[in-house]
Amino acid sequence: MSTATVEAPAEVAAPEPFWTRQRRFGVALILLGVLAAVLFGSLAPDKDARFTLTEDAQGAALSINGQFGAVLFGVLTLVAGGLLLAGLLKRWSNALLVAGIVTFVLSFLCWQVAGQFMSLQDTLGGTLDLALPLILGALAGVLGERSGVVNVAIEGQFLMGAFAGALIGTLAGSVWAGLISAAIGGVIIAAILAVLSIRYLVDQTVVGIVLNLFALGITGFLYERLMQPDAQHYNTPPQMPAWRIPGLADIPVLGPVVFDATLLLWIALILVVVIHFALNRTRWGLRTRAVGEHPTAADTVGIRVRGLRYLNVLLGGVVAGLGGAYFTLVATGSFTKNMTAGAGFIALAALIFGRYTPIGAFGAALFFGFAQKLAFYLSAINSPVPNQFLSMLPYLATIIAVAGLVGRVRAPAADGLPYVKS
Amino acid sequence: MTAEATKQKAPVEKEPFLNVFLRNLWSSNGVTVTVLSIVLAVVIGAVLIVVSDSAVLAKFGYFTARPGDALEASWTLISSAYSDLLKGALGDPDAFRAWFSGGGTWQDALAPISETLTYAAPLVFTGLSVSLAFRGGLFNIGAQGQAVLGCIAAGVAGFTLGLPIVLNLIVALVAGALGGALWGFLPGLLKARTGAHEVITTIMLNYTAGLFLAWLVIQKGVQQPGRTDAISKVVAESAQLPSFGGVLRVHLGIVLAVLVTAGVAWLLNRSAFGFELRAVGANPHAARTAGISVAKTYALLMAVAGGLAGLGGATQVLGTAYALTPSVAGNIGFDGLLVALLGRNRPWGTLLAALLFGALRAGGNRMQSFTGISLELVTVLQALIVIFIAAPALVKAIFQLRAARVAGLGAVPAKG
Repeated sequence: MSTATVEAPAEVAAPEPFWTRQRRFGVALILLGVLAAVLFGSLAPDKDARFTLTEDAQGAALSINGQFGAVLFGVLTLVAGGLLLAGLLKRWSNALLVAGIVTFVLSFLCWQVAGQFMSLQDTLGGTLDLALPLILGALAGVLGERSGVVNVAIEGQFLMGAFAGALIGTLAGSVWAGLISAAIGGVIIAAILAVLSIRYLVDQTVVGIVLNLFALGITGFLYERLMQPDAQHYNTPPQMPAWRIPGLADIPVLGPVVFDATLLLWIALILVVVIHFALNRTRWGLRTRAVGEHPTAADTVGIRVRGLRYLNVLLGGVVAGLGGAYFTLVATGSFTKNMTAGAGFIALAALIFGRYTPIGAFGAALFFGFAQKLAFYLSAINSPVPNQFLSMLPYLATIIAVAGLVGRVRAPAADGLPYVKS
Repeated sequence: MTAEATKQKAPVEKEPFLNVFLRNLWSSNGVTVTVLSIVLAVVIGAVLIVVSDSAVLAKFGYFTARPGDALEASWTLISSAYSDLLKGALGDPDAFRAWFSGGGTWQDALAPISETLTYAAPLVFTGLSVSLAFRGGLFNIGAQGQAVLGCIAAGVAGFTLGLPIVLNLIVALVAGALGGALWGFLPGLLKARTGAHEVITTIMLNYTAGLFLAWLVIQKGVQQPGRTDAISKVVAESAQLPSFGGVLRVHLGIVLAVLVTAGVAWLLNRSAFGFELRAVGANPHAARTAGISVAKTYALLMAVAGGLAGLGGATQVLGTAYALTPSVAGNIGFDGLLVALLGRNRPWGTLLAALLFGALRAGGNRMQSFTGISLELVTVLQALIVIFIAAPALVKAIFQLRAARVAGLGAVPAKG
């Protein structure tokens, strides 16, 4: 037969390198597991570690012997790592990874909490509180970067939002006026970023960094000129009320934290879902991703590249400005100079660590929020582990992620490149 | 392009010199844009000063009835603020008069200039660090973290080694440079080996360095004995940069800064490494084809840039602060970034820009204490100047400058 001479083009799969993402994660987890079981296990005192469900030491609690728990969870980390390395349960590799990290953290907690107690409700509440601005900031980043505009000015947008929220909130005597002005404050910085980087083609990172300093300077200047001499008239914004949803708020641990909270937390949680859906399922989302990956192609099919970028950066400004409102209208009752203290950069880290996706950024923000909360907790119980090193965690995790030591993060292809119609 | 240019030039020759001069002055060349950027920033700063002063604002309330009141009050406020800025940066004429007539000392007259140079010295180093990296196509946002590491290394060397005079200072300076170089080499290596974008890694390393410093200064053996706050031991006198003493805080660091500027200019324009880094900065693909190892250049360049920023941190500790605190490095890394942009990434331009920033800072101190206008105004001015410099097209549009070659910032597009 003539057809016999023509060999069907066999599917030549590229030979998969031995060190796949899963295997490298596996090795990392095995090392962590050994560290946890041996080091944490030997250091942990032979006392009970109590994790209470309520806010204080009383009431129902999960309790485990510290030493036993540290070793047990360390071994579980080791097992998860081993499964990943061996390539078993391939369909569940992501779940295994998460399980490995969680058990490592639990092992660490058993060591630290042994002989003490840790309130789960307080921990969860603190984590969400600290993560809230990070979630909003990272979402602002997602909006900009997915359409190809690098936004390192999240810190500046936070500051302007926090400042505008405090100032207008106090002048108007209304927390809602404050919230809206905070969004406008974020938009002002976003607008400068958009005009300079889209219209005047200035390098986006340069604009972002300079805008951070600009926001720091102008809020600091106005703070010292207006707010410091006359705090009563300019710097006593009303606080956002916590709204309680009856029924749901009675769920243990989760209820008081999520369903007895400010509107801002719900806005953040809803935005994560909305942006995730919009980015992946709507016309706007498809166009945004097209503009971020290949603006020339997008332009060819009639998408207004610059217009869409303007829109997204300004929307990002709204979201980041709301994140700024957290600092003055929720966390504290007043504005102070440089009060965001680098939170904008942790949000940037969450954005990158979350692989430029809304859900990923949300998870990363929660993780970083938890790390911060843990740092506070450890310094409160006088732990020998220096809290500065825990605070470094977001930054180091991001470096590891972008360096691709465990799973490379890839930015949108046209991220940072201005689009000039040819 | 060139043909057109020559065609246009031909009739120009016949015009009177003054016309040609004025037109060239008003075309958007680098110097004009720089000067106009500073003017714009100063004008916006003046608006901010007036807007934030309630007494003057009250006079604007009856502006239509008596406009003179409001304008005079504004003018008084603005002129006193800016004249204090100038006096604090360059010198008070009264102090000079007192010196010449014998009523005052020369130290008092020269104190403002000394302050300007004191603030400028570390900025020269961090500015050069950013400039050099820029020319190689890398955006070194990590100058802050590298300066912090420079502070740590120089400070620790300064109060532990106890070497004899001169040698102690040299060792401490070298330690500072090495500390910074290590912190610069890391992102350089990551960029070379894995392609991790240096903007992201250096931002993250900045905060890591800051946290490390905050941890270090409260450790036993580092913390000053008898103190509970976060401050380290004082560096040995033999490791301090020599200065005039008294009100003249200016130290050897500024001389060192000029020498290093010359060194960087030579490195960039005359050395083989400088050629390679400029080639890589202009076009890494072409450079690779020409046989230059791009990866090696990146790693080495970041180490050198880090070393420069580390020296900046070292001069801060050994010249002015003398002890480590969590905020010992101040903002010199980020200011260095602005200085580099203002100096258009050229070594001598960076030096001039650092002097301008030092002058603004020194003057800002006087403005704060004499006129009561927050030092933060200086930060706003600095940021505004750089925004306008970075967007020459904006300045051109505002002042209706004639179209000429637009000197943009040759920064690499960054992903982040």
